[in-house]
Amino acid sequence: MSEKLYLEEPEVELEEVYCRPTEALYDIPFHYCPGCGHSVVHRLLMEVVEELGIQEETIGVAPVGCSVFAYHYMNVDMQEAAHGRASAVATGIKRVLPDKYVFTYQGDGDLAAIGTAETIHTVNRGENILMVFINNGIYGMTGGQMAPTTLPGQVTSTSPYGRDVSMVGAPLKMTELIANLPGAYYVTRQSVHNPNAVRKLKKALTKSFQYQKLKKGTCFVEVVSNCPSGWKMTPVESIKYIEEYMFPLYPVGDIKVPKE
Amino acid sequence: MIKGNVNIDAKICKGCELCIIACPQDALALSSHFNDKGYRYVELIYNVCTGCTNCALVCPEAAITVYRQAKPAKKEKVSTE
Repeated sequence: MSEKLYLEEPEVELEEVYCRPTEALYDIPFHYCPGCGHSVVHRLLMEVVEELGIQEETIGVAPVGCSVFAYHYMNVDMQEAAHGRASAVATGIKRVLPDKYVFTYQGDGDLAAIGTAETIHTVNRGENILMVFINNGIYGMTGGQMAPTTLPGQVTSTSPYGRDVSMVGAPLKMTELIANLPGAYYVTRQSVHNPNAVRKLKKALTKSFQYQKLKKGTCFVEVVSNCPSGWKMTPVESIKYIEEYMFPLYPVGDIKVPKE
Repeated sequence: MIKGNVNIDAKICKGCELCIIACPQDALALSSHFNDKGYRYVELIYNVCTGCTNCALVCPEAAITVYRQAKPAKKEKVSTE
């Protein structure tokens, strides 16, 4: 029916409503596995930077992990940090150049495992940076080992019978932990599992960049993401896994919003 | 119905099918052909696209460009013609 409609109608002028960020994102294909959430967040960050027109004033800090090559894709000033120390490096950058927009981009193995101390102390000091935390519950780059954020009972290559909570402890909820600290200004948990979640994440990232101007404290955005290769699933199955198993433990929403 | 169109860059598509499940019109499907990297890429199979940008938002490769018919045409506010 719609095909018939299409034929009857005269040619309609179509205008471009969405395209890949041209300025802030380099025109090269991502190295991530098919369906990985990392590249969605890369694209969104650069979209926000482009829309706010702060490409020249933005400095990013890349982590160690799957996203170690973030600087290959983001056309902003980038600095590579030692494993887990991205927030410490960002602190230095922000203190020397207080007018720049500084963000760190870290995964859960980087931010919640080896860099726990740096993360907590950075937020406690209330550094005016944006920390983006990609939580996929696994060490993706090294082959899917158990991370502090792995779900109870989740099978990984170092927990072949599922995560045993009595032995290795419960999953570390970094975002809730950080929201308690006085230096945190805006703390939120978002997701990339469907188009609406992506829209909300973009809004959260835009707000976080704008809050940096106020110099009130750290903005922290956790993104519940997927790891199809590490979870040994197809991308579509991994999306269902997020909805079914990740969300009960990591509920999406704002955890700390500025009082105004 | 609002008319739209998508342009999918077959060279960088990795065939993850996330856009296929995000499309409310079920207009996308995997091609039977492969690209240079050996992935089956996604293509538009029905001409029912409304330009809602859902596919482009979830595309991890940022491979999708979305076109939609211009706004004044779809609303009846402008009744000059």
